[in-house]
Parts: sequence; C-alpha cells; structure tokens
Amino acid sequence: MRREDLVCATVAVLAEAETVLPSWVEEAIRGAAERETSPIARSQFSAILDNIGIASEDGVPLCQDTGLPVFCLEIGRDLSIPPFLEEAIAEGVRRATEEIPLRPNAVDPLTRKNSGDNTGPGMPDIIIDLVPGDSLRITAFPKGAGSENGSFLAMLNPADDPLDFVAREVAKRAGRACAPVFVGVGIGGTFDLAARLAKRALLHMPGSSDLDMALLSEINRIGTGPMGLGGDATALAVRIETALCHTASLPVAVNLQCWANRSSSATVRDDGWSID
Amino acid sequence: MKTPISQDEVAALRAGDLVWISGTVYTARDRVHALLATGEELPVDLAGAVIYHCGPLIRDGTVLSAGPTTSGRVGRYTRDVVDRGVRLIVGKGGISEDAEALWGRAAYLAYPGGCGALAARHLLVRRLHLPDLGMAEGLWELEAEGWGPMVVAIDSFGGDLYREAKRSEMRSE
Repeated sequence: MRREDLVCATVAVLAEAETVLPSWVEEAIRGAAERETSPIARSQFSAILDNIGIASEDGVPLCQDTGLPVFCLEIGRDLSIPPFLEEAIAEGVRRATEEIPLRPNAVDPLTRKNSGDNTGPGMPDIIIDLVPGDSLRITAFPKGAGSENGSFLAMLNPADDPLDFVAREVAKRAGRACAPVFVGVGIGGTFDLAARLAKRALLHMPGSSDLDMALLSEINRIGTGPMGLGGDATALAVRIETALCHTASLPVAVNLQCWANRSSSATVRDDGWSID
Repeated sequence: MKTPISQDEVAALRAGDLVWISGTVYTARDRVHALLATGEELPVDLAGAVIYHCGPLIRDGTVLSAGPTTSGRVGRYTRDVVDRGVRLIVGKGGISEDAEALWGRAAYLAYPGGCGALAARHLLVRRLHLPDLGMAEGLWELEAEGWGPMVVAIDSFGGDLYREAKRSEMRSE
C-alpha cells in the first residue's frame, strides 16, 4: 500500500462525507418529511432538504460543524499493516482541513487551545475492525458536537427497563441534538464496551430488528419533533447492539447522531484506491 | 424583518410565527458570551441587534457554512445579552428556564440546525471582531439578506414551543 494513496483516500472520504449524505440517509429524511403532520416541523424538513441540495450543488459542507475526525478502518487479515497507517490518515485530515475546507474544531480539553488543523493527541480517532481479505476499507464518520453532547451512558440496575430509559432520555435530548436523530444504542458489556457498541450501532445503521423498530416508535410517540419544536419525527432510525454483561450490571450507552448522518467509505489496495 | 429591530416589532412576534431576517447579524458563542458576562465592552453596539449562536465556516471572506450552534450552552447569559439591547437571538434547541430573561424585551428564533449551506447563501461577511478567539469563537459581523425561515420558538410573552413539546411528552406518560 502506498502512503499517498491512503492520504488521498482520507481526503476524498472526508470531502464526500461533509458535502453529500449517504442515499439511505437522505431517503429516510425524505420519507419522514412526507409523513410529518406538524406545520412547524414541515418547515424544518423543507429547510433541511434545501440545505442537502445546496451543499451537494455548491460542494460545501452541509453543516458548519464539520465535526471531529472519526474513522472506522476495516483491515483485511491478510493485509500487511503499513507503518504509516495512523500518520497517513492524520496527514489526510490536515490536508482536508485546508482543501475542503473544514472548520478547525479540535482543542485541548483543559487549555481549550485549538490545534488549528483538527489533529493532535487522540485525533483523528481511529476505530479498527479486523475482517477477511487483503484490502483496507476506510470510512469517514465526522462527528459534530451537538449530537455528541446529547449522547449518554448509564450503569442501570438490572431491574430497570433499559428501553424505556433510552426512549425517555432520547426524547429529552433530541431537540438540542438536531433532531430528527439517528440513535445508536449499546446495551451490556462493560462501561466502555457499552459506549463502543453504541458507536458501532451508528456505523452499522439502519437497524431493522423488532426491538429496533419498537424503540423507534416509542421515541417518536413522545412528540419532541424536529429541532425540539414539536412534531412526529424525533428519530429516523434506531439500532441496538448488545453484549453479555455482568450479572450484577446493566450498562446502557446511547450515541446520538443528528439528521446530517455523514459518512463515506473508500477501499485502499496495494495498487490504488477507490471510493466505494 | 430588518435590523435594527424595534421593541414594537418584537412585541408583534408570537411563538410559531415564521420570520426572515435582513441586515446586520453578530455571531456569538461560548467565548464571546463569557466575555460579555464579565462586563467587558464589546467592539459592537448591541442596541436593537440580532445575535446568532453560530461558529461559522468561513474562507477568504466568504461564508461557506453557517448553521446554528446549541443555544443551551450559552442560555445562562441571556439576561446579560438582553440587558445590552439585543432584541432577537437566533440559535437552536432553546434556552430552557433562561427564557424568562427575554420576557417583555426580546424573542428567541430557531434556525434549523445543520442547515449551514442554506444559511451561507444568505449571509455575507462584513468583518471579524475579536479575531484572537479564532474562526468558530470569534465575533463575526455578517450581513443577512432574506435569511430564514426562522421559527419564533420563544416570544416575549413567555410563549415557548420547546415547553409545549415537553408538555406533550408528559401527557404521553
């Protein structure tokens, strides 16, 4: 694998993610817009759909919050992992920040000093999955603060009802998280595994199990609506992922994603790269 | 509505109305509000002004994307802002119980979150005040032309769409 290929693929997936929504996301928004009955909520959908058109037409970021750089790498088990892996992706982020451009969002958590290029300690955040094959698939999943700030984790009592808890909390937080939202739910595991399950649930969207659908309709029954202004569409999709947990524990994590559920993937091979 | 905004114009707004704005708009988010709360003089006159909870994406004097940021983080400064003469606050997500500081004086407008590219078509850069705060946190003076739709989410009489949505949440229990 050539270093320059991985750098270019990183810039390309960020550029596409920031300006064009995945088609299933846009379809989910259009579907909810058609079903929406509240006039105020319909005005929000109309602006959202105009915005989607303008961003892809003008090639500008959908949202000024271009997010923190989060990537998911699916690494083929037969691939020899290049020594420049993380460093080339960071280089791609710096180049994308300059070229697209992206807003510099990454700051030191204590001094609040901005690194200026969206990279630095811990950034980009790279999630690694091992898969069969000999190629590398890189997915950009830029994460804005509005929906990230609405995310939460709780160590419930095993006697509690985790789905009811999630529905109530999401309804309360979705307005500030730029609803209609996508809801990634992790139930079980340990403290940190629950959070990772929730993040992966977002990456594996949309969900389709009976439980996913039941939780989706429970969230939407509450009526928080687009941007918290009231309406039918509070969430567009839910996916629940679970892991075994300790008999004395019930960890529950929810990673919220705003309507601008941005992602884009590319595959990098020994002899080149292409957008998926 | 055209800036500067008069007291009568604010009093005519009711929760649920749709509004489009033309004229001068100042961005202000966490850092500008923190400055304001210390009593610091700002380089702009906020009498009759519109402030926008926004950290825009701007390149070479052009607004590329400029949707609202979450107002809840700066809601606690609402009284400071309104005391300086601000009559319209544009943001997203509402300001909860801090909305009381608006009553009789100002209104809160919701611009659809995430609609940065749409907003960019209606906003021109005039100048950047407080450049040391950086692109997102600086105080941008923008010129709006037919910028909307804004929903009057909280009016100056206490009408509040977020609270109404919450009430329907309680009814559903």
